[in-house]
Amino acid sequence: MNETLVLTESTYYILLSLVTPQHGYGIMQQTEQMSAGRVRLAAGTLYGALNALCDKGWIIQLPIEDGSRKKQYKLTDKGLQVLNGELDRLRQLVANGEAILKEEV
Amino acid sequence: MERKTIRKWFWAWDFDKEEEWLENMARNGWVLDGVGFCTYHFIKSEPGEYSVRLQYLPIAEENTDYTNLLEESGAERVGRMVQWVYYRKKTADGPFQLFSDLDSRITHLDKIAKLMLIVAGANLLIGVVNSYNPSISLGWINLLVASLVTYGIGRIHGKKETLEKERLFRE
Repeated sequence: MNETLVLTESTYYILLSLVTPQHGYGIMQQTEQMSAGRVRLAAGTLYGALNALCDKGWIIQLPIEDGSRKKQYKLTDKGLQVLNGELDRLRQLVANGEAILKEEV
Repeated sequence: MERKTIRKWFWAWDFDKEEEWLENMARNGWVLDGVGFCTYHFIKSEPGEYSVRLQYLPIAEENTDYTNLLEESGAERVGRMVQWVYYRKKTADGPFQLFSDLDSRITHLDKIAKLMLIVAGANLLIGVVNSYNPSISLGWINLLVASLVTYGIGRIHGKKETLEKERLFRE
């Protein structure tokens, strides 16, 4: 895998939300809160992403607890690794942007 | 409660126009309350009280985690017409979108195009077989349907291309 992995904003926030186990609606709420209302994951987008991320092994579905209909998901070690890699990439983006734009101003 | 019914035809590939029309009705104080074949039932509401969305959703995908999630986030199922499900949500509960990025919109279009391809293919096959059968003179109807649906697939691909171009520089 030589290509640098670039996560979409939705994926980034979903993974970040799943550092602690969470169900779908919880992910939506947490993402909205973290981004101060800017990122609102729509149900269709979130649902598709959860399935894709499970397939990739970046998150897992936790066993369903008795009496609950809601599935909970959690970040895997592989997912955490991806998230850390993305954080490094974002740091570089910000550093480069700041360095160049500050000179301009 | 004041009600009204409007009969209107939309092609499957014009589902965005259909949604726009329903959204416009809601803005004017008529919110969708039921659907039937080419039939839309509305009830009076406050103008802009609701937002309305529709989605291609096979029956097997209903009552799943996905629809639970939708309902949990405040959307209310209005009805189903063949493969399309209609939802409404109070605007006071926040903006109503079924998809929040380009990728998932493209996937949605792909699913629609796939079904249309099956419909077009089946009609083409039946049409061709029937035109060789002298006792059946209606083969041309299937061929007509096949060409119409093929045109529709083209329209869906056009919409998809627009999204894909956009994805070159944003999500």
